Amino acid sequence: MAIALDKPEREGTTDTAGYAVRFDHVSKSFGRAGKQQLVLDDISLDVAPGEFVTLLGASGCGKSTLLNLTAGLDAASAGTISVPGGRPALMFQEHALFPWLTAGKNVELALRLRGVPKAQRRPEAERLLSLVRLQGSYDKRVHELSGGMRQRVALARALAQASQLLLMDEPFAALDAITRDVLHEELTRIWTETGVSVLFVTHNVREAVRLAQRVILLSSRPGRIAHEWRVDIEQPRRIEDAAVSALSVEITERLREEIRRHGQQ
Amino acid sequence: MGSSETTTKDEQPDLAGLEAGLDALESGGGDERPNAGRVLLTKVLPPLVAVALVLLVWQLAYWADLQKDYLLPSPGDVWAEYEEMWREGTLFEFIWTSVSRGILGFMIAVAIGTPLGLLVARVKLVRAAIGPILTGLQSLPSIAWVPAAIIWFGLNNSAIYAVVLLGAVPSIANGIVAGVDQIPPLYLRAGRMLGARGLTSVRHVLLPAALPGYLAGLKQGWAFSWRSLMAAELIVQSPSLGTGLGQLMETYRTLQNMAGVLGTIILILIVGVAIDLLFFSPLERRVLRSRGLLSRVS
Repeated sequence: MAIALDKPEREGTTDTAGYAVRFDHVSKSFGRAGKQQLVLDDISLDVAPGEFVTLLGASGCGKSTLLNLTAGLDAASAGTISVPGGRPALMFQEHALFPWLTAGKNVELALRLRGVPKAQRRPEAERLLSLVRLQGSYDKRVHELSGGMRQRVALARALAQASQLLLMDEPFAALDAITRDVLHEELTRIWTETGVSVLFVTHNVREAVRLAQRVILLSSRPGRIAHEWRVDIEQPRRIEDAAVSALSVEITERLREEIRRHGQQ
Repeated sequence: MGSSETTTKDEQPDLAGLEAGLDALESGGGDERPNAGRVLLTKVLPPLVAVALVLLVWQLAYWADLQKDYLLPSPGDVWAEYEEMWREGTLFEFIWTSVSRGILGFMIAVAIGTPLGLLVARVKLVRAAIGPILTGLQSLPSIAWVPAAIIWFGLNNSAIYAVVLLGAVPSIANGIVAGVDQIPPLYLRAGRMLGARGLTSVRHVLLPAALPGYLAGLKQGWAFSWRSLMAAELIVQSPSLGTGLGQLMETYRTLQNMAGVLGTIILILIVGVAIDLLFFSPLERRVLRSRGLLSRVS
């Protein structure tokens, strides 16, 4: 089902490695020697191929930093991050689509930069847009699309990279509740259809539980893995499901505990 | 996976419909194109009325005999100058001599200013070294270069083009620097995530993202080219050079023909405005509109 998994320069695939990404004692600090601030402290974590993991935490837990490290936009201070499937795709909170291109051309650019031959780009871009149910919006300019549609184009563009790992940095945080709810369903559907591994960062507990198979709670300043929950609720879930609510309450309690510790210091 | 309607095992069937509804609700009605009558009334008429008023005040001042006629000719006297140039067939020759110089000078300035600006924008050391100089040059009146240019090149076209370039290149380079500086960092990050590096990134992300600022720089660069050209033409005079508008004005001055001088000033103004109105403004509007940075209704 997939999104063509044929990147030639890839060293190995997630199937042989057994994980989509592995964090091995990863730490990150910012600032000059002497006044360094530790942002991430000794993170060790595996995301299995095809797994959906959410990273949850309050401000200052370094969750976005962790994604940037994974995406290769920044380098870890210590430890290693292995992504056997090659460069991961990254989706931001802002759609980050290029306003000088149409929706379809945005997707095509990703294909082009991936090295897809010209003749295949248009049909492939159309396929990806229809995957996010925007088949009629190929020639629309970015500013003509609604917030939810822009994020779906951004998702199609991320999928165009044919990466086995999709990093999502609070991609729905700026959307209204109704649209976000619909996009949760879309994302679950697309994740199921494509089998891509997802590492999803959010500070929204219910969103984390709604989407993930596994929720990782990070403490703040520095970010450490504080706790981990397996979410054994059958998909498709609804954000208002009783089981989702119950687990959200439990996780929220734990999150508040973490936050309280900072007030006491 | 073929069709988008392939439903996975447990998918709620109404999701597609729900989403279509949301999309329709949120995408709004689209751009409205104002009708021709409205454009005429709001965009074309006001400047025409303003010009008519200026002409009227001028004519009234003439009738009131505020100055002697050879100091303050009437609009009709200026018109008579145009008629004479038209009869002699020299009107468009004068204009074209200047415009062709202006366009050629401007194009050379673009060819030099664009890579220079990119270098300043992207290479820290270059920016530190020549960034302030470029900004300083921009505030230097280009007429200040004319004596130097004449000493270097003599009374010829090279001197004229040197002055035009010294006036326009800094402005174009600064335009692209501003354009690059205004690119949201997110675009560059997104480009890197998609695998755009080096020249690929410049071509697919940096240049298109910097285009609005660059166009503003080009527009200003044209204004500087034209101004510098007039300054140069006023002073660099030689029979072998042909007569541009600047030279024409200087000739009228030596003949004490005020109507001719005023007429030439007006021609210079008209050319400047026309190039902007016919070329740069539509181009800029098109780019901004296609990016949703300019709404049609406003």
